Amino acid sequence: MADKLTGIDEGVLTEEQKKRAMIIHSLFEIQKEHNYLPEEELKKLSEKLNIPLADIYSTASFYKQFYLQPRGKNVVCVCVGTACHVNGAPEVLEVLENTFGIKAGETDKDLNVTLETVGCVGCCGLAPVVTLNEEEIIGEVTKEKAQELADRVWNK
Amino acid sequence: MTRLTSVNDLIELKKSLVGERVDPDGTKRQSLWVCCGTACRAGGSVELADKLQEEAKNNNIPVDVIKTGCLGMCQKGPLIKTMPDGYLYQKVKTKHTAKIIDYTAKSGFAVRELFYRIDDLDYYYKRDIFSGPKEKIEDLPFYQKQLRLILEGNERVAPENIHYYIAQGGYEALAKILSEKWEPEKVIDEITKSGLRGRGGAGFPTGIKWKATRQAKGEVKVIVANGDEGDPGAFMDRSIMEGNPHCLLEGMLIAGYAVGANYGFIYVRHEYPLALKNISIAIQQVKELGLIGKNILGSGFDFDISIREGAGAFVCGEETALLVSIEGKRGFPSPKPPFPAESGVWAFPTCINNIETLANVPYIVKHGAEKFSSIGTENSKGTKVFALAGKIKNTGLIEVPMGITLREIIYDIGGGIKDGKRLKAVQVGGPSGGCIPADLIDVEVDFDSLSSVGAIMGSGGIIVLDEDDCMVSIAKYFLEFIKEESCGKCPPCRIGSYQMLEILTRITEGKGEMEDIDRLENLAKSMQVSALCGLGKTAPNPVLSTMRYFRDEYEEHIKHKYCRAKSCRINTYKIDNDECFLCGLCKKVCPADAVIDAGDQYIIDQEKCIKCKACYDACPIDVIKSLGSGEETIDKSTINLKGELRDGA
Ligand SMILES: Cc1cc2nc3c(=O)[nH]c(=O)nc-3n(C[C@H](O)[C@H](O)[C@H](O)COP(=O)(O)O)c2cc1C
Ligand code: SF4
Ligand code: SF4
Ligand code: FES
Ligand code: FES
Repeated sequence: MADKLTGIDEGVLTEEQKKRAMIIHSLFEIQKEHNYLPEEELKKLSEKLNIPLADIYSTASFYKQFYLQPRGKNVVCVCVGTACHVNGAPEVLEVLENTFGIKAGETDKDLNVTLETVGCVGCCGLAPVVTLNEEEIIGEVTKEKAQELADRVWNK
Repeated sequence: MTRLTSVNDLIELKKSLVGERVDPDGTKRQSLWVCCGTACRAGGSVELADKLQEEAKNNNIPVDVIKTGCLGMCQKGPLIKTMPDGYLYQKVKTKHTAKIIDYTAKSGFAVRELFYRIDDLDYYYKRDIFSGPKEKIEDLPFYQKQLRLILEGNERVAPENIHYYIAQGGYEALAKILSEKWEPEKVIDEITKSGLRGRGGAGFPTGIKWKATRQAKGEVKVIVANGDEGDPGAFMDRSIMEGNPHCLLEGMLIAGYAVGANYGFIYVRHEYPLALKNISIAIQQVKELGLIGKNILGSGFDFDISIREGAGAFVCGEETALLVSIEGKRGFPSPKPPFPAESGVWAFPTCINNIETLANVPYIVKHGAEKFSSIGTENSKGTKVFALAGKIKNTGLIEVPMGITLREIIYDIGGGIKDGKRLKAVQVGGPSGGCIPADLIDVEVDFDSLSSVGAIMGSGGIIVLDEDDCMVSIAKYFLEFIKEESCGKCPPCRIGSYQMLEILTRITEGKGEMEDIDRLENLAKSMQVSALCGLGKTAPNPVLSTMRYFRDEYEEHIKHKYCRAKSCRINTYKIDNDECFLCGLCKKVCPADAVIDAGDQYIIDQEKCIKCKACYDACPIDVIKSLGSGEETIDKSTINLKGELRDGA
């Protein structure tokens, strides 16, 4: 039977290769639990896998989906893919930035909201698109709709 | 599910499913196919499906409600297709569910108000205005010029239920190879003969890649399906993974058999949770049925498939970067050779293919190379899936035969440009692609013709741009993307993209110099030759293609501080006082308080004006002019009419 985590049969990979192959998966697990990657947890992972902490950081810091800082209760994500861009995403982002008082990629100091951008969420037909907490997808966002959303999130 | 231990078992299973348990054609009972692709989900299609199910149950009406992947016409979602009649309902809301159950599910009547109607009088639709509502998929102009070999699956299989795939001939291509005991070389020959080329961007012949991996030395070999799809404005592979995951798995199994691999990885971006979910379910099901694992269908062929989650880096779509990412490292590309076919993930010979490439494989094996290669052009065979978006009426997911023209895609399928505007250019191929100007849209869509006009097939994003899009800004947009996504390993890309972005930003702010055009050209050329991986090598394409076709726009920005699309904030706004009828709207909307009420006329104070264009948009009779700074030096005809382009592009 193939190993569940690596997908490769026993005896094909070295122990070292197996451990490394688990890093990204483990980071996602940690993030699922803590919403970001706390230093403590990374240290624990480094000890558990016996991989230098620097190597773990090297991987964690490379990928955009890993967060080394705590994130807000709400995550508002503006699609800035090409279709959304030409249909007004920049204005939408501007409204959100102004209302939250933060720039894209930042979290407000009370950890209320994190504002992010992403390239194409796969419903270009509804461009421009904003997603809320990775679940709710809001399409055909005008400046007014963006303002409404911003107010709703801010007062949540 | 009982394990299948022979090809015969598979055939028996299929027999037991057809008609009774799986009835996609609605021969025994009505079926409602509710699109649950991402866009329709955003419109509430999941709740819709649940409500239909509930309603049918409450009324004791036998009906299959099936949640499908994207059906294509996302803009008119949520969509529902009904069988056996083949009606297509669009923009369905929960308030319609009772009627759908009562009319369609119970009695087979249509809910006519949900049909698609052609609602505007222009270009393409003029001749069709009196024809009434469109009842079925095949009546809709959006679908008429398409050829849906791969996407058809999205209309006919339930992604979460393998029985639908099997009942309609799924895994038969694999079974054919195993039961007829094809030599792996025969599979490779068939793929080579079919003329299939990689859909991941470069169009590399798939047969040759498979052969190289087969011939590479090594006990252990690996198949990787590249589902990273980081191109901003593309969602083709996602729709296949979400809507028809078994087709991908079957393609991988055949690839594995052909190259002699026993392991397969599907690399899916973390941003695609539904694709991850549906593929996991699919893998679980084939595992239970014994279609992956050891001794598949009693043939002695072993193959395992697992998922690898991408963590958000565009460069990881590049094959060498993707492979080290699977190993758990930073996704840095490495120079080729060695090619993955010789030394890939963990240095095992690895065949890496795009999702859509692999999804074509079962069709080719089943119907034969000849049938496949009868579709398309001389050097580009088969179909291509595109995500059609931008300033176009019908956006969505389309599949067309290679060799169709861009014009047919934009006007016949897409229904033309939105809001009565004029087409300016079409961006094909994303950040590695280029902009094709309106007068070249008769170009055929195939690998070679697109390259000849400075674009690329790329992964399949088509973004339609109109007169309101500034071409310099579009180039800048892609460079911003590249600058963010450059992994930073090699200086030409890291520094080159930064420098190019600086220059483009300067130009869009009206601070450019004529020398900047040469500087851009030089930077572009040096990146093309010296960057390490495809990301950096192709990054200048959007700049080069816009400079090639829209050079005058660059020059206007620089020389006249004039953006003809009026999207850069550099134009000068002036009121034509002879025409103005003193309504005062411009003064009302101006955020900078720059419109002065001089009693018998309104004047814009150029010192205060922030060039936001609010007054220009507000004026009900369009007498505010958007000009370049040296008004007298520019060709008057470029600026007189709102929205009119001088060159009639
Ligand atoms: C920067 C960059 C990004 C890429 N992204 C993707 C991608 O998202 N999906 C994909 O299939 N190929 C992508 N490719 C192409 C792959 O490197 C590779 O050529 C492809 O997966 C091979 O499959 P094919 O032969 O079936 O096309 C990318 C290439 C580059 C240089
Ligand atoms: S070209 Fe860009 S992305 Fe590619 S290796 Fe160089 S820096 Fe990295
Ligand atoms: S909006 Fe137009 S018509 Fe009205 S005052 Fe301003 S320039 Fe004149
Ligand atoms: S570009 Fe925003 S959803 Fe595709
Ligand atoms: S998501 Fe429903 S048609 Fe595309």
